[in-house]
Amino acid sequence: MHAVMILILALPLATAVICLRAPLAAARTLTALTGVASFGLVLALVPTTAHGDIAYLRLLRVDAVSAVFLLATGFLYGAIAVYSIGYLSGGHGGGAPTRYSRRFWVGLNLFAWAMLVAPMMSNLALLWVAVEITTVVSALLVAIEDSDGAAEAAWKYVLLASAGLGLALLATIFAYYAGTHVLGQSYDLGFTQLLAVAGRLPHAVVELAFVLAVLGYGTKMGLVPVHTWLPDAHSEAPTPVSALLSGSLLAISFYAILRYYQVAAAALGSTFPRNVLLAFGIASLLLAALYLFGQRDIKRLLAYSSVEHMGILAIGVSFGAPAALAGVFLHVLAHAAAKGSAFMGAGVLVRKLGTKRIASIRGGLDLLPWSGPLFLAAIFALGAMPPFGLFRSEFEIVAGGLRSGRYAAAAFLIIAVTVAFFGLAASASRMLMLPSPSAAQTVPVPEPESEPVPVAAGAAPPERNAPPAPAAAGPTAERVVRVVRGEPSAWMVAPVAAGMLALLLLGLHPPADLTDLFTRAVALLNPGAR
Amino acid sequence: MSVILAATVAAPSALSGGANVIAVGVLLAEFGMFRQALLRDQVRLYAAQSSLISALAIVVAATRHLPDLYVLAFLSFALKAVIVPVVLRRLLRGIGAIGGDPRWSDIAGSHALSVANAVLVAIAVAAFGFFTVAALGIRSPVLPATALSVSVAVILVAFVLMIVRRDVVSQAIGFLSLENGVSLTALVVAAGLPLILEMAFLFDLLVAVVVFGLLIRVHHGRAESMSTADLTSLRG
Repeated sequence: MHAVMILILALPLATAVICLRAPLAAARTLTALTGVASFGLVLALVPTTAHGDIAYLRLLRVDAVSAVFLLATGFLYGAIAVYSIGYLSGGHGGGAPTRYSRRFWVGLNLFAWAMLVAPMMSNLALLWVAVEITTVVSALLVAIEDSDGAAEAAWKYVLLASAGLGLALLATIFAYYAGTHVLGQSYDLGFTQLLAVAGRLPHAVVELAFVLAVLGYGTKMGLVPVHTWLPDAHSEAPTPVSALLSGSLLAISFYAILRYYQVAAAALGSTFPRNVLLAFGIASLLLAALYLFGQRDIKRLLAYSSVEHMGILAIGVSFGAPAALAGVFLHVLAHAAAKGSAFMGAGVLVRKLGTKRIASIRGGLDLLPWSGPLFLAAIFALGAMPPFGLFRSEFEIVAGGLRSGRYAAAAFLIIAVTVAFFGLAASASRMLMLPSPSAAQTVPVPEPESEPVPVAAGAAPPERNAPPAPAAAGPTAERVVRVVRGEPSAWMVAPVAAGMLALLLLGLHPPADLTDLFTRAVALLNPGAR
Repeated sequence: MSVILAATVAAPSALSGGANVIAVGVLLAEFGMFRQALLRDQVRLYAAQSSLISALAIVVAATRHLPDLYVLAFLSFALKAVIVPVVLRRLLRGIGAIGGDPRWSDIAGSHALSVANAVLVAIAVAAFGFFTVAALGIRSPVLPATALSVSVAVILVAFVLMIVRRDVVSQAIGFLSLENGVSLTALVVAAGLPLILEMAFLFDLLVAVVVFGLLIRVHHGRAESMSTADLTSLRG
């Protein structure tokens, strides 16, 4: 198993280095292979971590909790690496410029690498370092698009996230200070060390560290009120990066908060940390659910849906019952698959219609025989419709909340999730089901997606039912890589389909190894099931 | 550890006094950044602030017999007082903000508040941080608790600086001085932090500075200025 851990750490980094020099075709094949291989390696860790922890060199440590987050990241890495092949071919006028592509491949691998490193760190300080590296790498990836919006979003992102991580660093320092009372002046800050002596840590300091950690890492996780960078970065980044940001990066920050939660719950009892998380969770869920109405940009819509789901995660942990915590872990995986798929599907819509404006995207189901229905399914999955994984996870969270007597919060959760679903479904059904106007079909496809094409805006009387077929026959459409029944690229369909299959699997019948993993993770998070 | 604690109580006030003076110096440098109109001077102030923290690290290393801190003091000085300022200045010169076009070297107008008001707000925030942390009763075996309160005040003032400044370089320097405040906190309450972790933090800071620099260039390339006044198109 140690070899597997080393490989997970080494492969993406090596690929990133090779991508610096290798020919682009090789870079893209290698990245896709590495992504899929990383997912396979992470899968190989699951059976072992479901029954015990793996530690290596005092530096690396994978237990059931980290394995869940590794799974989410590994899956998205593989899916996105494949998707990006289609995304980069033809998206920028029949083949992206070399500089852009090279930066993209290097950045993508580095970003995925940093996110795979973070959950494997055995120690709170290195965890912070890894999370900070994810920030700076992803900020560069947001800025990769050559547009005013991307420059603005990248600056806001790097400044806000770094300031938040400054607080998280302060939390790390105070956590260290708390440990010095028991472990002596100099120790490693490993969280197993801290956890072992948690009962003897000074309360005031642990409380301070926990609140700072929630605020600091919460900035990156997108908890209201420190979420403000999130919709900007998600909407302006290249779509594959948006999917990774949303499905994986936010989860990694949540992972950091969970580690502090473990220590705080063991030191203070669970009431205080749960109340803190409940407050942030309710604020996030409420605000995001309301913001989902009236969004004009398809990627911002999905970004606010991420804030909503992060709120659900925080509330789920605050319930504390084993069922709710198992739901939280399932939710992390299911959200990664669903949000990744939704972003990838949205990317296809944006590619097809050349705009991110919801008002200009019409007739998705007609134009895209595969991506249209898949995107719709992903939206339903995000709204926690059965039979997808998010239904099961949210059901478990609510059941856990009821079992632990948090009736008001559970009721609020149900209402807010329903509201959010309506917001999401209203926009999605307009984009997919309203007939596509002919105006939209003559829109030149290969425009950079960040620049909305004004022609399509509003010039679309929805009652005019234009035949969808000629869309693929326009002069511009020929430049799109091989049209598969109206799809821009098969590479952009397969990963979405894989994501939806994963969601079905999680929703209908999670594999036994996975449920064992969740059980073990819950036991780690909730020793003695208080 | 109780031995060390006893030593603190009995320690000659020269050490605690000296440490407090250095900590207050760091806070004053932070306040000084409100006043500085020239980017070049802000970078200088940041370098001075970083040097003060390295000096404090040497004091702690000498009096508390923590040899690791000598190395940390040296590395931190090399990075924060030499490399980062040089990188920042080269960057600023590269885009004409130093020595070139005078329009960009003067950023006195980049405050959202007037300097006086900003300093008043900062004083209030600093006082809040100072007294709140003092109320927590956190004792350090290494340095007086006052230094801790001052360091938290530095962090809060750095936030004010980032909020009221309206140009990308000042905001970046605000973040860097925020990190200085955290370093000061670390010296007070976590002086024994293993060197390898401290080095990881410093390496991370270096990466962050490079990325900040790249993004400043991107911003400057698009907006033709350092101002953040145009960064308002993404809303809702």
